[in-house]
Amino acid sequence: MSLLWLRVALVFYGLGLVYALAALGGRGKRMTRIILPAMGTGVVFHFVSLAEAVMASGQLAPATIHQSESVFAFLILLLFLGMYGRYQTLSPGIFMFPLAFLLTFAAAMGEAPPQFASAALRSSWIATHVALIFTGYAALALSFTASLLYLVQERSIKSKQTDGLMSRLPALEVLDEMGYRALLFGFPFMTLGLLAGSVIAQEQFGAAYLRDPKIVLSLLMWVVYLVLVYTRWNAGWRGRRAAFLSTFAFLVAVGAWAANYFSVVHRFLGP
Amino acid sequence: MTFLLLGVNHKTAPVEVRERLAIPAPRLAEAMRRLAQHPGIEEGIVFSTCNRVEILVASANGAADLRGFLRDYFATDVAAYESHLYEHREREAVRHLFRVASSLDSMVVGEPQILGQVKEAYATARAVGAVRSQLDALVTRAFAVAKRVRTETAVGSSAVSVASAAVELAKKIFGTLHGKSVYLVGAGKMSELAARHLMAQGASAIFVANRTHERAVALAGRFGGQAILFEQLYETCDRADIVLTSTGAPHALFRREHGELFLQRRKNRPMFFIDIAVPRDVDPEMNKLDGIFVYDIDDLQAIVAGHVADRRREAERAEVIVTQEVERFLARLETQTVVPVIVSLQEQMETIRQAEIDRVRGRLGRLTPEQEQAVEALSHGIVNKILHAPITTLKTTAGQPEATTVIEVIRRLFNLGDDKKAGS
Repeated sequence: MSLLWLRVALVFYGLGLVYALAALGGRGKRMTRIILPAMGTGVVFHFVSLAEAVMASGQLAPATIHQSESVFAFLILLLFLGMYGRYQTLSPGIFMFPLAFLLTFAAAMGEAPPQFASAALRSSWIATHVALIFTGYAALALSFTASLLYLVQERSIKSKQTDGLMSRLPALEVLDEMGYRALLFGFPFMTLGLLAGSVIAQEQFGAAYLRDPKIVLSLLMWVVYLVLVYTRWNAGWRGRRAAFLSTFAFLVAVGAWAANYFSVVHRFLGP
Repeated sequence: MTFLLLGVNHKTAPVEVRERLAIPAPRLAEAMRRLAQHPGIEEGIVFSTCNRVEILVASANGAADLRGFLRDYFATDVAAYESHLYEHREREAVRHLFRVASSLDSMVVGEPQILGQVKEAYATARAVGAVRSQLDALVTRAFAVAKRVRTETAVGSSAVSVASAAVELAKKIFGTLHGKSVYLVGAGKMSELAARHLMAQGASAIFVANRTHERAVALAGRFGGQAILFEQLYETCDRADIVLTSTGAPHALFRREHGELFLQRRKNRPMFFIDIAVPRDVDPEMNKLDGIFVYDIDDLQAIVAGHVADRRREAERAEVIVTQEVERFLARLETQTVVPVIVSLQEQMETIRQAEIDRVRGRLGRLTPEQEQAVEALSHGIVNKILHAPITTLKTTAGQPEATTVIEVIRRLFNLGDDKKAGS
């Protein structure tokens, strides 16, 4: 059943994908009225799907890679909706919708997914760790989106080509603030998530876990994250510099995620 | 019923003529009342703005003497203005009104004020009873057309003045202008105009610096702003989000190092320099700083020129909409004029038929249901056959010039009376 609801959600997210493509082609205007209800409905079905999965497995932590993708997509859209409530702009959807769609699509394929075999995954520590980290990732993704849009919009204003494809983007200050707010929101989640992760790793592997590539990259990501928040807060870095840094932070985060595939400590797959 | 329109506008008449024929707002109500009482005029409305004076009337026989009204009203010889006047009838009058309301006939095509002015005139005309059913249908239709043009084309969506282009850019940078402060460097006419635009959008806290301090004080007074000594320009400039420069200085007042200083003091919060001075007051190098945006007069004018071209293209699409709407309105109007006649014709015949059946029933005594049906069918058949030709004629002549004559003849032949006159 969980998979069925996820597929229903996927149909709605498909509309989001269409919207993003249409908006890039400058023809998104016609869909603006339906897109928000569509995505909201998708998120509700998605929630039902996640709740059923939890009830079926009796554990909070995602049991498979697919489930973690599903959780991630859900969090991304939840953040997007929150941002919409604050700034009334659909523009981040240009990036967030396709991302959420792809993640959900992979999750909804339903072919026998690789199980996380390790018994450690059943503990509630892991569930906490995953939920916190994913929220942090989602915030970074949103911040990255806002930064990209900022750079596009800034370039168009500076070069005095204000018409054309991107002329309906939000104002620079709005994008700037949006990126910053997303960072501020995500930072505590990321920090606590990493702490929870290191508690687990410490217990299982001792100090050796520190040399693992996944751990190194995660720490690097956290440091970049910290620098971002700090420079912004203290040195008043904003605008283009902040946007570049935020993009960099997102790339490191993608690297940290990808490291799952060659990490010894942080393995999803059974041995 | 015929629509007639007589007027002058910015294309046909210089301001000397327009001001001569203009009717100031306080006297419009009286003018419209007199217009509606003029011989041959059923209903009338007057549009009087700085770019046009137009009289639109509905006339029963199409022979209203609008020039006569002008002559009486202004007590002047209108022949002198004949070369500036234009006159439209029926379809062309409808089209003209639709184009005016949709701002296609405006000096700045797409400017939004004209619709409001037409609406005001309409409210006044209704209040004095100069506009009733006929013109009411026409003018309210014009509002709907204007709305359609506005939503389906981009004819009114872009800035077509330097000042509004500056406001549009400021919004692209800051989002909302509420709480943003504006610094005027140089107290010229242009910067005052642009500042008014910015303030209308919510910008507050105006600072003014000018080489002649008295002029800065005067201008600041008009805005409720603060005059600042020109010598303190660089110390105070970082307080402003938007800087409008228009001095006659021979060299750039603001150079890269100033920009860097401002940004440092502002913790990199962005600044927008609008430079409308020639020679320029702001070094274009400043635009390269992260967080400072500089637009000079050429940049703004290039935006405006682009928008004007866009508007022209959109105006062509709007004309297509107007043409559609004119045809639709006239078609509806045409059927409306004949429908009441057809209805009263049918009612008349039905009354006669019922009366005759009732009369004959006494003599026939009890009828079987079959006989009853046969009588009904027979009488219906006769009535329908008789009515067929006149109703077809009415329907086919709807919209033709002779329609009024046909309607009149049929009313008289069938003794329909005048009480159910079309639309009233």
